[in-house]
Amino acid sequence: MAKRYAMAMDTRLCVGCTACVLACKTENNVPDGYTRDWVEEVVSGTFPTLQLELRSNRCQHCDNAPCVSACPTGASYIGPGGVVLVNADKCTGCKACIASCPYNARFVHPKGHVDKCTFCTHRTAKGKQPACVTVCPTSALVFGDRNDPDSSISQLLRSRRYKRANVEAGTKPNMFFLI
Amino acid sequence: MVQSVEQIERVDRRVPLVLGGKSFHEVTEAIAAPIEGRTPKLWWIIFSAAVTLLGILVASTGYLFYEGTGIWGLNNPAGWGWAIVNFVFWVGIGHAGTLISAILFLFRQKWRTSINRFAEAMTLFAVACALLFPTIHVGRVWLLYYVFPIPNQMQMWPQFRSPLLWDVFAVTIYGTVSLLFWYVGLIPDLATMRDRAKSALGRMLYGFFSLGWRGSNRHWQHYEVAYLILAGLATPLVLSVHSIVSFDFATSVIPGWHTTIFPPYFVAGAIFSGFGMVLTLMIIARWAFKLEHIMTMRHLENMAKITLLTGTMVGYAYGIEFFIAWYSGNQFEQFTFISRMFGPYSWAYWTMVSCNVFIPQLLWFRKIRTNVKVLFVISIFVNIGMWFERFVIVATSLTRDFLPSSWAYYSPTIWDVAALVGSFGLFFTLFLLFLRFLPMIAVAEIKGVLPQANPHHGHTPHAEESHAGATPAPAEAKE
Repeated sequence: MAKRYAMAMDTRLCVGCTACVLACKTENNVPDGYTRDWVEEVVSGTFPTLQLELRSNRCQHCDNAPCVSACPTGASYIGPGGVVLVNADKCTGCKACIASCPYNARFVHPKGHVDKCTFCTHRTAKGKQPACVTVCPTSALVFGDRNDPDSSISQLLRSRRYKRANVEAGTKPNMFFLI
Repeated sequence: MVQSVEQIERVDRRVPLVLGGKSFHEVTEAIAAPIEGRTPKLWWIIFSAAVTLLGILVASTGYLFYEGTGIWGLNNPAGWGWAIVNFVFWVGIGHAGTLISAILFLFRQKWRTSINRFAEAMTLFAVACALLFPTIHVGRVWLLYYVFPIPNQMQMWPQFRSPLLWDVFAVTIYGTVSLLFWYVGLIPDLATMRDRAKSALGRMLYGFFSLGWRGSNRHWQHYEVAYLILAGLATPLVLSVHSIVSFDFATSVIPGWHTTIFPPYFVAGAIFSGFGMVLTLMIIARWAFKLEHIMTMRHLENMAKITLLTGTMVGYAYGIEFFIAWYSGNQFEQFTFISRMFGPYSWAYWTMVSCNVFIPQLLWFRKIRTNVKVLFVISIFVNIGMWFERFVIVATSLTRDFLPSSWAYYSPTIWDVAALVGSFGLFFTLFLLFLRFLPMIAVAEIKGVLPQANPHHGHTPHAEESHAGATPAPAEAKE
């Protein structure tokens, strides 16, 4: 069966250190002022019973990616493993993908093309883990093949409760937040 | 005795489409006068201002190409800003011309004859401005040809699911058909100008573009068929082009955009804004070129009625959007609309509603509809309001969507302002050249609605039989 890459993020383990953000910037040479991933702090409840949830977030690599269907040139496409990628050479910079993405996961690179998280395809093609996953000090990030029932992510998704962002947008995201 | 405009308007019946009992010759003279006479000083003043603005557009676009769309402050989360607002605004303006030309022609609305040429020209120049914005907005213009399905050795094809690609087809087809329609309608009048031209250059240019027109019966027959076919082709395009522009927003999943009402809502808004702009330009032109007897109060009033109708439809759409947001039960949709009304862009929202819904309600009153000055002010408000409508749609949804972490406040830069005012420069430069060098009113068509064009004109019912074989006036072959 074809691979279907996904990422799980354990909200109980994340300490918000942003090591994932720095690792990504270093690994992918992300220009100053931009990030392919980021950490969200979601506060809920009423004082004094407040609850803080930390989420390391990035492109959701949706099964039904609105950015791919919005791109007029096909520069945004679904690559191997279901990963949503951008072909910089075909990108005209029209920013339709940015406007259509409900996760605000994309940005315009100073070179003029759109850029985003790739799940570090250059690493995963060699059997390595994405840079953000390897540096996480609490192992809050888990990456793997959802179609492989024995992968650690499949086991986690079977054993833990999880939520996904903006499911009502119909995008079928592949970023799972374990709760 | 020739009645004054005011006297005629008071009579409870339809007034003639051309006032003052003009003959065919007088109509030709009146329409040809702005082309054949000396260039008025006012024309030079406005033209200089328009060319200056055009210069601003060229300079700012040059800097944009050098530096990139970052100078417009565009990036995540507001990837679309004024450029897209201006694009939708100009496409909307470009609606009225073809609506007047094609749809009113098919519905046999003869009052269109005084204003159709004028409105068609406005359509073409507005579409030119509209095409400019997505072109320069892409940032990497040298790759723009990727959006066209051009066979190439790289085996690259566009993404046919993308609404932006549909836009490319919709707007270019609309522009092409509108251009053809405008040009075909111009041919008899270009021949008239050729025959009247005093300079050799004028004879050559008008002669070249009039395609050897001699006004024979066969020419008129072919002309009629071509005009009817183009009207038939253009009619669905009037409805489709702005529907497809609305898909840029409606097919995405962003709150405030993802709604099925967008296509009819956009089409109504486009006609509304188009008529607003036609009114603005027409009121100035009829005054400046003393054409009040051809572009009469009846024309202005009819246009005011359509403006009122479409403005009310737009107002209905604003209201129903709120209802659907509430009825959907989707908290993001509900929040978006509450944010529009009371959020950081509420000033823009209320400007939009005031200009597009409240102010046009004055047009219910005949006194207002027949007051040229008030009508002019209302048309300006419509233009402003419709620009704000597009701004509200783009800015509020992109900066207040699902995730509070990606909320922002989008503000334009000086380069955005330069591009907008520069586009007006492009529009008015082209429009003023049109007014100066081409007949702004369809001479041949306007003759067809003169009383003399009617074979029964001047005959009593009893006298008709004896004139059954009378030769019709040349222009009547048109109508």
